[in-house]
Amino acid sequence: MKFLIRRLGFLLVALWAALTINFFIPRLMPGNPAEAMMAKFHGHVNPSAIKALEVAFGVNTHASLLSEYFSYLNNTVHLNFGVSVSYFPLPVTSVISKALPWSLGLVGLTTILGFILGTGIGALAAWRRGGVLDSVLPPTFIVVSAFPYFWVGLLSIWLFSLTLNWFPLLGAYNETSTPAWNWPFIADVLWHAVLPASTILITSIGGWILTMRNNMITVVAEDYVKMARAKGLSPKRILWQYAGRNALLPNLTGFAMSLGFVISGAILVEYVYNYPGVGFMLLQAVENEDYPLMQALFLLITVAVLVAIFISDIATATLDPRTRSR
Amino acid sequence: MSSPILKVEGLSVHYETAHGPAQAVNNVSLELHEGEFLAIVGESGCGKSTLLFAIAQLLTYPASMVAGSVIFNGVDLAKLSPEELRQHRWRDLSVVMQSAMNALNPTLSIGAQLADVCKAHTDWDDERIAQRSAEVLAMVSIDVAHLKSYPFQLSGGMRQRAMIAMALLLEPKLIIMDEPTSALDVVAQRSLMSQVQRLRKELGFAVLFVTHDMSVVSHFSDRLAVMYAGEVVEIGSTREVFDTPEHPYSHGLLEAFPSLLGAKKELLGIPGNPPNLVNPTSGCLFADRCNLVEDACRSSRPELLASPTGRSVRCVVVNRTTS
Amino acid sequence: MKALHQLKKALSGSWKFLRRDKKALVGSIILFVLLLITAFPTWFTPDDPAAEIYTPGAGLSWSHILGTTSFGQDVFSQVMAGTRQSVMIALVVGFFCTLLSVAVGVTAAYKGGIIDDVLSLLTDVILVIPTFPLIIVLAAYAKSAGFWLMVFVLVATGWSYGARQLRVQALSLRNRDYLLAAKARGESSWYVIVVELLPPMTSLIVANFLGAALYAVLAESALQFVGLGNINTESWGTMLYWAQNNEALATGLPLWALAPGVAIAVLGSALALLNYAFDEIANPALRPVSGRKARKVRS
Repeated sequence: MKFLIRRLGFLLVALWAALTINFFIPRLMPGNPAEAMMAKFHGHVNPSAIKALEVAFGVNTHASLLSEYFSYLNNTVHLNFGVSVSYFPLPVTSVISKALPWSLGLVGLTTILGFILGTGIGALAAWRRGGVLDSVLPPTFIVVSAFPYFWVGLLSIWLFSLTLNWFPLLGAYNETSTPAWNWPFIADVLWHAVLPASTILITSIGGWILTMRNNMITVVAEDYVKMARAKGLSPKRILWQYAGRNALLPNLTGFAMSLGFVISGAILVEYVYNYPGVGFMLLQAVENEDYPLMQALFLLITVAVLVAIFISDIATATLDPRTRSR
Repeated sequence: MSSPILKVEGLSVHYETAHGPAQAVNNVSLELHEGEFLAIVGESGCGKSTLLFAIAQLLTYPASMVAGSVIFNGVDLAKLSPEELRQHRWRDLSVVMQSAMNALNPTLSIGAQLADVCKAHTDWDDERIAQRSAEVLAMVSIDVAHLKSYPFQLSGGMRQRAMIAMALLLEPKLIIMDEPTSALDVVAQRSLMSQVQRLRKELGFAVLFVTHDMSVVSHFSDRLAVMYAGEVVEIGSTREVFDTPEHPYSHGLLEAFPSLLGAKKELLGIPGNPPNLVNPTSGCLFADRCNLVEDACRSSRPELLASPTGRSVRCVVVNRTTS
Repeated sequence: MKALHQLKKALSGSWKFLRRDKKALVGSIILFVLLLITAFPTWFTPDDPAAEIYTPGAGLSWSHILGTTSFGQDVFSQVMAGTRQSVMIALVVGFFCTLLSVAVGVTAAYKGGIIDDVLSLLTDVILVIPTFPLIIVLAAYAKSAGFWLMVFVLVATGWSYGARQLRVQALSLRNRDYLLAAKARGESSWYVIVVELLPPMTSLIVANFLGAALYAVLAESALQFVGLGNINTESWGTMLYWAQNNEALATGLPLWALAPGVAIAVLGSALALLNYAFDEIANPALRPVSGRKARKVRS
């Protein structure tokens, strides 16, 4: 319990750091770009949104820096991020909420799937040391994990969409159909998701496989695994309860640390496939100089990563009794 | 004399190294009878732990058993398939390792690790498992409440005793112990050894005990074997070997332990270093460090010859004088 | 001198291992070729990469091995010329990242106490904040990133992973007896750190350098690709940007988009392979094992 509370504390500190960075970036950049944007809004947008944008970007700075900072924090807690420039006059929060489910679906599910598959394969590869999996996988995945995510995406598009015509080119669903909870639409979504999901999966799984394999190799050499063999336990039990369980622990920590990397890859994949998720929206916001949207998205992505880390911490605490008492 | 429960014949183990195979254990043969306590002593690297793990069929790459047989109650363990071997494990022979902190799974409770064994080898229901677990813990004086504890919550001595409790679960005929006292302080060592002795008298299992510290076993073992460079160089009853060591190496080893009583004497070490096991000489492996060495020693490897008193020594010079 | 001797021992052991390890061999060869191209780009560019004088959208031919872009530039020359930017950024960012990682990680481990707590907190916070979105936001405000701004941003976001790794290793070494002996001898902290603590960490430090370089290559090309870098430079990422914006894939000029990607993948693979090889030096248990022998003793 103490462990989880400490971790929560740490994650809140990280969140605070991200918020503060977000606050200072526009103020430190040369030639405040936000001023031009504000001029456009005046008179067309409700006052609370205007206020939120003023404190976020340091425009109309009548108040002191510190009070602006606190107003900014207050606005953040109330999810008041102002109004989007490219989707004017929609508030930022409603713009984001349209993209969020797509990212959660594509990126969220694929990452979890990748992690589970990756650790499973990595464990098996180390268990059958010197076998096919163990000799072929490491070099293959070392190389594959060095491929840029977006290039794998481009390659897949060229190969599977344009040349072979197996999968659609872009987007989450056919532009002409309207979103609805019926089977044809869902099937369409799944069909559109195959390529982007595979791209993310292929490039990220290598990391999980390799780290799990390396951890397993160390763990399998430990005395308690030898002891488990001496006790005559079934190989399956030894693999999962004795070796796997212990090898997974550092991997969970590694999962937390590499999430940032996975997220960056996911953003690029969304961009390449024009998949209407949060990452794609971020890059479009940059193109359109939509600063309020950009900064809110950055915060959202940060929060998502921190939440995922906390979940993996909970998993660690569940599996490892030593952390519970620390 | 009843037939031995364990008969090891011509056991050899090689380690793969970058320079070729190292002969970690070379042509070792020994016997163990029911309820007997055999201690194997030697310096670090002499191959005693390797021998033990070879007998228990627990070697892993880069070590492998290249020759010999390990006959337990008439069955050669070395020739069994992994599945057949599994049936014998823990029922017939169990293992106690050196460091209980490393030998116990850190993420499972003591109770779960005890239950593991029961579930793997018997068809006992949960109640019976709990009952037996409590029984073995009581035998080593550990409170039954610790079934729920995790290894890191117990003291070093308790962990070691928990390992012994685990070894007793299925009432094996033989318990193999690899330096179980090395990680303990002297008081805990003594306490552990007395406990082992007591249990042995009650339950009648045999013990194969490896250690580098002879003083730990001198009061408890029936027979004592001395190993050097992968070979048994002397074996006989503990009292005899301890009081009158014949092989020059055993002699040197015992002279290194000062006596608590008696006159002060100079402590003599054994000069030189252990031999290279990758390309061992064809002569006696102790020749370069021996004070009795002759030319005959270097021409061929001396044999382990038994004398009428039951003592066996691997030394050309010693065997000549005693015959 | 003891430090030199230790370093020599580490290097010769590594050299022997690297010579035999196939991964390291492949990685080193690739890297060597790329360094050659970086140093002497004109040897490898048959045409001026920027010159838009050829038939646009031409396919493969002997005079244009990889075809031309829709502006009429030779793709092959562009790829060759782009090598320099990527290799330079990999080396420079790798170097500074490693410097920072070593400084923070080793100091935290060595000093311990409150300094360790503060440095570790800093490291972990930076580690946890997703860097790519942050880089995007920074680059968006900066409008067009020059080489050194790019370096600064990449180093600022990339040092924390290495710092964490190195701190862990330094911690495990710190309490070894030979370090305590050095302190007992009265050696200064600097001496202990540089002469006694760092040499055994060499392979991990090199692995870190390679990892940081890999990160730099991928991140820089990603930024160029989405148009956030300086689109007037000749780099692989920029090529991809122009290719993407001119619908290269759809208009039958796939090589324009795929070739620079292959180049990035090649450089990345070389760095990754060498990184892994150095990981294996640092941890011998990971080294490759021959199949037959390993499977025999597994019951």
